[in-house]
Formats: sequence, structure tokens, C-alpha cells
Amino acid sequence: MNLKLKIWRQENANSKGGFEEFQMKDVSVDSSFLEMLDQLNYQLEEEGKDPIHFDHDCREGICGMCSLYINGEPHGPTQTTTCQLHMRSFKDGDTIVIEPWRATAFPVVKDLVVDRTSFDNIIQAGGYISVNTGGTTSDANEILIPKEVANEAMDAATCIGCGACVAACKNASAMLFVSAKVSHLGLLPQGKVEAKKRAENMVAQMDAEGFGACTNTGACSAQCPKEISLTNIARLNREYLSAKFTSDNN
Amino acid sequence: MKLDAKIPEGPIAEKWTKHKFDVKLVNPANKRKYDIIVVGTGLAGASAAASLAELGYNVKAFCFQDSPRRAHSIAAQGGINAAKNYQNDGDSVFRLFYDTVKGGDYRSREGNVYRLAEVSVNIIDQCVAQGVPFAREYGGKLDNRSFGGAQVSRTFYAKGQTGQQLLLGAYSALSRQVANGKVKLYPRTEMLDVVMHEGQARGIVTRNLITGEIESHAGHAVLLCTGGYGNVFYLSTNAMGSNVTAAWRAHKKGALMANPCYTQIHPTCIPVSGDHQSKLTLMSESLRNDGRVWVPKTKEMAEKVQKGEVKAADIPEEERDYYLERRYPSFGNLVPRDVASRNAKYVCDEGRGVGPTGLAVYLDFADAIKRDGESTIEAKYGNLFDIYAKITGENPYKVPMKIYPAVHYTMGGLWVDYNLSTNIPGLYALGEANFSDHGANRLGASALMQGLADGYFVIPYTIGDFLAKQPYDHFNEDHESFKKTEEEVKGRIEKLLSIKGSKPVDYFHKKLGKVMWDYCGMSRDAEGLKKAKGMVQEIKEEFWKDVKVIGSNEELNMTLEKAGRVADFIELGELMIDDALNRNESCGGHFREEYQTEEGEAKRDDENFSYVAAWEYQGEGKDEVLHKEDLKFENVKLTQRSYK
Repeated sequence: MNLKLKIWRQENANSKGGFEEFQMKDVSVDSSFLEMLDQLNYQLEEEGKDPIHFDHDCREGICGMCSLYINGEPHGPTQTTTCQLHMRSFKDGDTIVIEPWRATAFPVVKDLVVDRTSFDNIIQAGGYISVNTGGTTSDANEILIPKEVANEAMDAATCIGCGACVAACKNASAMLFVSAKVSHLGLLPQGKVEAKKRAENMVAQMDAEGFGACTNTGACSAQCPKEISLTNIARLNREYLSAKFTSDNN
Repeated sequence: MKLDAKIPEGPIAEKWTKHKFDVKLVNPANKRKYDIIVVGTGLAGASAAASLAELGYNVKAFCFQDSPRRAHSIAAQGGINAAKNYQNDGDSVFRLFYDTVKGGDYRSREGNVYRLAEVSVNIIDQCVAQGVPFAREYGGKLDNRSFGGAQVSRTFYAKGQTGQQLLLGAYSALSRQVANGKVKLYPRTEMLDVVMHEGQARGIVTRNLITGEIESHAGHAVLLCTGGYGNVFYLSTNAMGSNVTAAWRAHKKGALMANPCYTQIHPTCIPVSGDHQSKLTLMSESLRNDGRVWVPKTKEMAEKVQKGEVKAADIPEEERDYYLERRYPSFGNLVPRDVASRNAKYVCDEGRGVGPTGLAVYLDFADAIKRDGESTIEAKYGNLFDIYAKITGENPYKVPMKIYPAVHYTMGGLWVDYNLSTNIPGLYALGEANFSDHGANRLGASALMQGLADGYFVIPYTIGDFLAKQPYDHFNEDHESFKKTEEEVKGRIEKLLSIKGSKPVDYFHKKLGKVMWDYCGMSRDAEGLKKAKGMVQEIKEEFWKDVKVIGSNEELNMTLEKAGRVADFIELGELMIDDALNRNESCGGHFREEYQTEEGEAKRDDENFSYVAAWEYQGEGKDEVLHKEDLKFENVKLTQRSYK
């Protein structure tokens, strides 16, 4: 198939960016979206031009490294990661517009690469259970966890931290990301001990990083490649409110 | 050089306990004086960094990804083994130990493997305590599944995303220590060399991938937790960024590389579909619990399938060959990976493969769906079926999956002793980066176990012994050895940028990968290996004459990153070939055509090759020197592996 690409180019964080157009010929419908970009970069390199920089690593939809805002949607038209998007989702002759994630808390590094350190900072603010590793802990089966609860925690824990929720949100809110981690840990008995403090600290860090407020439009969940549910946001709000009334952080 | 594995004396079940008592300790107040460098933040790296920081050491953790949470351990699907015997099906530490040594085709160290099996039970306790959402039974207890190469159910799992959940657990522990100020993170930073002084590792030189800045970091010990080298084959199930550079640069500074020819070809991957392909995707081997592997009985039928004239469902039962069930009645579809892979290759070589290329076999769930219902199968493998459907455009609930083996894991790696120390004092290797526990073939669900065992349970003890036994000194980045190493690193980068040849980096990587797959892949023979050695040398020469690296050092430059990694893969490729050529036997993942039993199984030569082949670098263009560490088996009886 043949395609026209309009791709955001930006030399570095401080420079002004803009779109550049490329014509692509003979793209296999079986190739993935990133393999299509590999093909373009190979051509550019052969011509001695600077290849397009984009983040990617596992190419199995699990590491969360790939991003790309494709034709106005994070990760493109299907509800997957960009690496799992295949060219059979497009038609011969299509024009495809590719941009980086747009959010104050995700500054552009180069071309389509953005800096998501803010997500790591949020996890560092409380996205863990405070137990030391190694040593002697009680036998794993001494904590009984109902299958349904374990499954619900697992569904929330599936979040890959890609940032599509932020890119999809008109306010660039990180509520879905934060609520997924708060839910994963807060649902499990091991994580309940610190649940309130965790919710408070992670939300505070989210605000400090410059993410916007949540207005419950649900765009985040609709675009999430791992289908993280909006229920998590409701759960976070509940946890956060109850924490505010009975704060441990005094 | 005399290789001393430093296996403690005494009965195997007491070695580790005794060793933990014998090692010297660093007192709590002194730990804060030591700086430890951890390279890589996968299961081994993140768990080591978190554990050492909790103990009180100052840790610097490095990764090339934008966040430690993205290391490739995250992609492991199926599960993690532990000898809990929760299912009361006869499992024990000794059985896990025995299975692992046997599965590795008797080419691993008994002492190390026993310790791995021993701490496996603690890993599960630890992971549950930190909130890993393992699958549960209705009564609330942990669920288990069975896995290839074992006859008990000892595998713990979190859907098909076990690696993700274990890594997020380790990452959360790491994040907690970052918040405590005990770990400093260096994401988007690549280690480009080890700094040596008087025979000891004293730090590393890195490149900041955003700015290109070359920086020095001093440490009292350096831990390489940098994963495997499967990307030497270009197409593999590794992440695009997975590379051998850290380990290879250490090797060139004197660290021995052990058994580099032992690579694991995973039997259940999505087949290659065309030239555009950048990587291969694994389908968890847990699928073999319920999926049945087959091909048409005759070549004629297979040809019709390849042309698309006949569909799988139209082939009657009596014209199908469930070849694993037929050849291995007691293990059936659950034979170890090397056996399953080789058999897939055989039936395809016979012309009985399916798919447009003929390089695929069926993995069929029709019987399982009929027996258990679609919803049960979906609950077990839903996300794997989704991945498959997205990549191939086919629905595996309706038509059988098509699979083919692909490079997945490398059992070889830096030589380490029982303490996980390389032969260079102060330099350690953990997880897939070392060679120690899996012998010539790794059993499924054992990689996660080893990564976490090394990081959470082994290194916290053994590193203290090293630090406590030598006088404390404050060796910092001002030392001339850092300046010298920085200059070497810069020189290499300048050289890559100055060639300005005509071919992109990927051209060389693809070419190398094809040679390695064709001659040093699923099966090897002396003639092919000799030919391949010459081909790899030619690729090396061409690379350094004609590679085209666009851009400069002082920016984010992914082409430059890749060029350095491919240059190292080329050198490693030649050593893998030398190692494969030296090992005149077949064992596990190393299958030499000349050495097979009448039934076509791997034929070991215990008399002459029951050793670890550890290679020492000799300088540019020179053949490496082989050192042998003899393997002693006191607890396991060496037999011809049989899964019949």
C-alpha cells in the first residue's frame, strides 16, 4: 500500500517543532505501524537524512514504551498499543498524521519522543507496599484473597504506564494511571494498611507534576490499550475523600 | 587461569545455609559508606538495587529505557516456578533442583541450581507480600499450572503477564528506595565500559542518551544485570533495545564469557511473515498445556494447506500427525523447549509444515474448547489469544494457531562463581546476563525465578563478603583510570560517526542475524560453523568500512546507539560460533548434527564435554582462549534425557 505521512519533527526540547511530509510506497499490510516507520527510517538513513525518533522497545504491547498520537488518537484507531497496531487498519492512499503525546507533564525530547519521568515520580510518592525484600515473610498462602478480588486487582495492575490516558484527556489528567495503581494495591489485603496515605500522596504528586484535573469524560479509559476501567477512578475518589476526612498525614 | 567456582563444602542441602553463615558481614553503620552500581533494571537489576538499598548501601541504578519499569523482563508471560508443593503432587526443593539440572541437559552447576530451587519458595512469599496479584483459586489460595519439562504443577502466574507483575513488584520496591534517597536512578543512560584499576572493577562509563554526554560513575562494586544476547540473531523475541554491550565490554576488559553457544529457541512463537518484520512474538509455552501440536501426516496434504487449498479444520483426524504426543507419550505436548523446537524443525524440513511459507506447525485448541468450554480457555489464555489475533488477523478460538520456533533466551553469559562474581573482583553478573543456572537449556518459568533469586536472595549476602574482606577506600571519578576509559569510549563513538559509509546499521544487523540463524541456530554442524565464521568476519570488516551513522553524539541519536550495539553483536557472533564448533557433542539447545542418537535426540559426550567453556578475550582479531570448569555431579545421575 502507498501512504502519505505527516510527522511532527522537533530537534530537541527547546526548539520549535513542525510537521514534515513523507511519501511511503510498498508498505506491507501485515507490517506493524512501527515496522512501517522502520521502513521509512531505513530509507531516510540511506538518503543520509536524520531518521524519525520514536520510543519503542518490546513490540509486544507490554512495556509501555511506545506512544504516538495517530490521526488524533493515542495509539491510533484500534484500542491497542502502537506496536500492536497493524497496517491492515489503514487503506491504500491514506494520509496519516503522527504526533507525540501532548501534555505539560510530558515534555517533548525529540520528534515523537516524550519524557514521562513524571509517572515514575508519582509511583515514588507511594505506589508501593512498604515491606522490605528478602528475609523471612509469612507463607504466601497465609493471606487468603478471594479470586474475584485478586482478579480485580490484576485488572488494575495491568496498566503499562504508557500515558495514553493523559494524551487522550483534554485536561491531560493522569487520574486513570494513578487510580489503577491505587486500586491494584488498595484492593489487596497487603496494601490496605497504607491505602489512604497512598491515595493522598500519589494525588498530591500528580498535581505537583502539572497534570490536569479529571472531569470524568472517560476519554482515558476509552483509549487505554489495556482497557483500564473508569471504576478505578471512582475508587480513587472514594479512597481520597475518606483519606481527607481521616487523614494519616497530619 | 584456574577457575574456582567457590562452591561451599558439605551436603548439597546445607551448602547455602552454611555459606550464609560463613560470609563476612558489613556492619549496618558501615554499609552507607559503600556505593554499588547496578546496570539494568529488569527482575535481577531492580530486585538487587532495591534489596541492597534497603540494607543501607548507596545504589546507582542505570537503564537505557525511559523508566526502569520497561525492562524486558516485563514481557515474560507464563509464570514463575517455586517448589511450594501447594498442590500436594509430589514436588519438593530436590525435585525442582533435579528437574532443572536434567532440563539443562546436565551442563549446569549442582550447587547453584540447588540454591535456586531452595530460595524459590521465598520468592513467592516475598512477591505476595509486596502485592503481586498472582492468580487464585476459589478458596483464596494461590493457583498453579504445569509447564514444560515438569510433571508437577509448580508454576505461579498472573494471567499471561507474570513477568509484568513481578517486574512491577520489583520496580515498586525500587521506587520506594528512590523516595528514601537510597537509590539514584539514571534512565535513558547506557553503560559503555567498565573502569578497571589494578585488576579490579571500580566503576563504569556511560552515555546520557538524551545529551550524548559521556560520564563516569565510581562504585565499590558493579552489578551487570543486563539480560541476554538473543538479538544477535536480529529476529528474536527480545525487545528491540536488548543488547550485549555491557557484558561484551566487560568481556573485553577480562571477564570470561561462558557457554555463549547455548541459546534457547522457543517452540511457540508467531511465525515469520515477511521481510518487514522487526521482531518475533512469543506465545507463552503455557499454551501447550491445552493446545495440541500437529501437522498433516503427508507432504502432499501439507502442500495443499500451504497453497491455501485446504483448511486445518477440513483435515480429518486420521490424516493429522500429533507428533509430540506420538513420539513422547509420557510428556506429550509438554516436552522441554529444545525438544519441542527441534521436532517442529524436523517436520517442516520434511515438507509437512503449514502456513504460506511452510515454516509453521499447528497449535490447536479445538479439543480443549470442546472439553472445557470457550470461557475457561479464555480465562486462561485470553490475552495471548488477543495478541495472536492482532498480529496475524486470525481468530485462534476458531482456527488453530500457527507457531514456529524463535530465539528467546540465552543460557550462556558472563562466567560467575557461586557468589555471582565474575573472574574480575568487584564485577558481578546477575540474571540472564550470567551463565550459571540453566545449563544447556532453560526450563519454562525458570528465568523469572533466577532473576529474582539472584537479586533478592543471593547478592545481598555475597556482596557483603566481598566488601568486608578488603580495606575500605574512597576511589572516585577523578582517578586517571576513569579519564582513560572515557577517552576510549569517546574514540569509539567518533570512529563510528566518522566512517560515513553507504549502508544503514540495520543492513549489517540483518545480515549477521541470518548467518547466525542459518548456521548457529536450531542445529549446527562443523562445516557450516566454519563457513559462518568467515562470513561474520567479513561482516565485521564491511561494517567498520561502510556503516552509515547519521547525526552527532551530542543529541538523542538512536542510530548511533544501535551502531555500537550491532558492532558488539558481530564480535559476540564470532565467539558463539567458536564455542559451538568447540563443543563436539549435542546438549540441550546446542544441537550438532554430527552428534545425535539413533532416534535423533541430542547425544551428549559426558566424558569429554562435561565442562563449562569459559572464553578469555585476547585482543582485536585474535582467537580467544578457552578455560574449562569441570562440572561435578554428586546428587544427580547423568542419563540420556528421555521424555518418552
